[in-house]
Amino acid sequence: MFQVRIHGRGGQGVVTAAEMLSIAAFLEKKYSQAFPSFGSERTGAPVVAFCRISDREIRLREPILEPNALIVQDKTVIESSHALDGILEGGYVLVNSSIPLSSCPKNVSLRCIDATGIALEYVGRPIPNAVLLGGFAALTSVIKIDSVIDAIKTKFSGAIAEKNISAAQVAYEKISGEN
Amino acid sequence: MSNFPLGNIGGTPTVQSDFARPNSLTGGHRGCQGCGEALGARCAIDAAHQTTGGKILVVNATGCLEVFSCCFPENSWSVPWLHSLFGNAPAVATGVAAALRSRGQDSIRVIAQGGDGATYDIGMGCLSGMFDRNDDVLYICYDNQAYMNTGVQRSGATPPLARTATTLPNKSYLGSDPQTGKNLPEIAMAHGIPYVATASIGNIRDLEQKVSRAINIRGSRYIQIHVPCPLGWGYPTAETIRIARLAVQCGLYPLFEGEYGKLVGSTPVEEPIPVESYLRPQRRFAHLFGKNVSANAVGVLQNIANGNMEKYRLNWEILDA
Amino acid sequence: MFHQLEGSQAIARAVALCRPGVICAYPITPQTHIVEGVGELVRDGHLEHCEFINVESEMAALSVAIGSQAAGVRSYTATSSQGLLHMIEAVYNASGLELPLVMTLGNRAIGAPINIWNDHSDAMSVRDTGWIMLFAETNQEAVDLHLQAFLIAEKVSCPVMVCVDGFILTHAYERVDIPSQEEVDEFLPPYTPRVSLDVDDPVAIGAMVSPDYFFEVRYLAHRRQMDSLEIICCVAESFWKKFGRDSGGLFHEYHTDGAETIVVTLGSVAGTIKDVVDELNASGEKFGVIALTSYRPFPADSLKNSLKNAARAIVVEKAFAIGIGGILFQEIELLMKNINVKIVSVVAGIGGRSITKSMLRECFLNKNSGENVFLGLNEDIVAKEYVPMKSHSCEGNVP
Repeated sequence: MFQVRIHGRGGQGVVTAAEMLSIAAFLEKKYSQAFPSFGSERTGAPVVAFCRISDREIRLREPILEPNALIVQDKTVIESSHALDGILEGGYVLVNSSIPLSSCPKNVSLRCIDATGIALEYVGRPIPNAVLLGGFAALTSVIKIDSVIDAIKTKFSGAIAEKNISAAQVAYEKISGEN
Repeated sequence: MSNFPLGNIGGTPTVQSDFARPNSLTGGHRGCQGCGEALGARCAIDAAHQTTGGKILVVNATGCLEVFSCCFPENSWSVPWLHSLFGNAPAVATGVAAALRSRGQDSIRVIAQGGDGATYDIGMGCLSGMFDRNDDVLYICYDNQAYMNTGVQRSGATPPLARTATTLPNKSYLGSDPQTGKNLPEIAMAHGIPYVATASIGNIRDLEQKVSRAINIRGSRYIQIHVPCPLGWGYPTAETIRIARLAVQCGLYPLFEGEYGKLVGSTPVEEPIPVESYLRPQRRFAHLFGKNVSANAVGVLQNIANGNMEKYRLNWEILDA
Repeated sequence: MFHQLEGSQAIARAVALCRPGVICAYPITPQTHIVEGVGELVRDGHLEHCEFINVESEMAALSVAIGSQAAGVRSYTATSSQGLLHMIEAVYNASGLELPLVMTLGNRAIGAPINIWNDHSDAMSVRDTGWIMLFAETNQEAVDLHLQAFLIAEKVSCPVMVCVDGFILTHAYERVDIPSQEEVDEFLPPYTPRVSLDVDDPVAIGAMVSPDYFFEVRYLAHRRQMDSLEIICCVAESFWKKFGRDSGGLFHEYHTDGAETIVVTLGSVAGTIKDVVDELNASGEKFGVIALTSYRPFPADSLKNSLKNAARAIVVEKAFAIGIGGILFQEIELLMKNINVKIVSVVAGIGGRSITKSMLRECFLNKNSGENVFLGLNEDIVAKEYVPMKSHSCEGNVP
């Protein structure tokens, strides 16, 4: 089972990111389970969402304490939300940041990408979730970029979907190039 | 009301004067002798029954009317009748109306009914919700101005200075506080619903006409009927109709109609009488006429009556002018 | 057909497939997405002849459903927590009037202090209201139980509450098989009311009943609900035949044959428990799991039969009664009286406190635990806040 935890702030589409990731995995005939860190958080408050991906039925309902991968949609929550806690050795950390992250606790694959910048350029809105999923596909190879694109289409339609797809593809190419 | 021809004196015959009246609420129920509510309910439901050709479903809130009319295995209703709870009759009626819409049976009309406790107080939220959605229900409130079922406690419809079991007057207290109570017909009108009316069992023809008119209007409608209670108000059981008429004549119970939030008509009072004529025969106001009570107490109620006269244009002279 | 859906959306689709004629909605977290979902399906024309009504309170929500069901139309609503308490009078009323409506309960804690997260306090507060109460373990089972609920309700003439863990299921995206309308239509025939408001055949529903008859009315309701154990099994069997899924029924057993310890539980935590039990059994332990689906009626005889050969039964539940303790625990303890099975109460997940595998593993392996475990309780907070009452405080106003 591959477990992903997504950190960010209310309004950044953190929960939607986990849902899209689970849909992408579903489209690849895998079992997946996405759920938010249930709360009544308002816009701007730290938010966490989770996604499990597996070849077998997922019965586990505990929050993801030891993720295989982390997506950090807003680097300002790293300290306050203890976002990097529990990341497994050999895991993946993808951070939305235009500057490199100074430290990372363990032997993990860390990538920083200016997802907000890409989102602003391609979508016109500072919502980095789809962009980071494109990057996630490249970084982890757990899901294919085509599945991410199809998942984006289930959540958005028309021009917004197309723009998000373009933005996700840019991130995918960028991270692929760095691998 | 057992005297059939009585209702035929002058004008069109009433439903109640018809030998073939539906008798929606049949005899044998457990209402008190002289019960104004039983009379009001029979008049109202019979009128609705006749107007619709019997196509009515009735939802009843908990209260005197419910308890005395349907005690298993007896039942005095000859119409389809549903009782759920004290505070939810408007919502239950909304559900009945929705079911009829779902089945495409729009010709069947829905009535919800309850006393003033169910209407003014505990069911007020559900009633307001029903008005808000403009659900296709005629709500009838039988207003006897206190919780009679539980033994005459104060409700939001209890008039100022009335004695109830929870507003017992003493040396320094004259009964229900003058600044309390609410005007539910006006609150109903404020929802902008298609039809609101007040009626009285002292004027059967007017009551029947209002119900007959309201039953076929689409959307939410509210009719409030003044139904004196001999036990709760303290007057001889033969006096129910007379007391009801006195309330109208003195201006304390104005009969009016409103449409879409606007007052459209009222029943003028031919010869207004002082409120004292209405208050004196009732034990619930007896303390206002004791030795050491200032005349000002009755004045409070007279002022309300005077205000109604003006507000609802009840005076012939105003009408003529 | 398989979909990756949020639990609430899956439930909304299942409800719509059952073709209710009246749906009432009032928002309360965490059931909100369910009624939003059915509302959208109604407005988009997926559900013919259905009235979707936004009401002003939960009291009105259930009351509207009572009215429409009494008028002969299949009716549905949903609620959670405080909302269930707000409508409690109508909850009793719906079962007393024998109205077969269906309500989803998105399980949530009850305040004060206010808490929007999952536990089973709301469901437990209505366990004696005369409703049939079914608990879903997964979102697939939530879907399946809704399809079965209407059939059970209408066969027994009793309202059915489908309990679904708030957030944990209602807000979780999972793979869910949603059947086609044709399949559901074959499984669930149109509603034919036993009695309803009818201008051609006037009846009075909801009469006052005196001491001469009231006892019998209540007793008959009890008898009918006990009889419904069989109906619930029978509906689950025909569901299995039709859809090929083992959903519903009285309870699901997992590795209970030869188990030394059987963990009994309600709702979604059964999944986590099964994972723990698999790991424990792989290391030579003998654990089994019973996930109770039908909480009311309580399947006493079957449950006793399944538990009697174990040495220990651990009751993991997300609610407890202040002043006595675990609720399901008490019921199982009573059931197993005079049978030599040690019953352990484990109260966990209160107010959304996470229940993790490691917590459960440690708890299950502790064979010397007391009979009352409050799992995951923060003892530091308790130690800081707990002030023992002094016996002298009984003697008037001693400061």
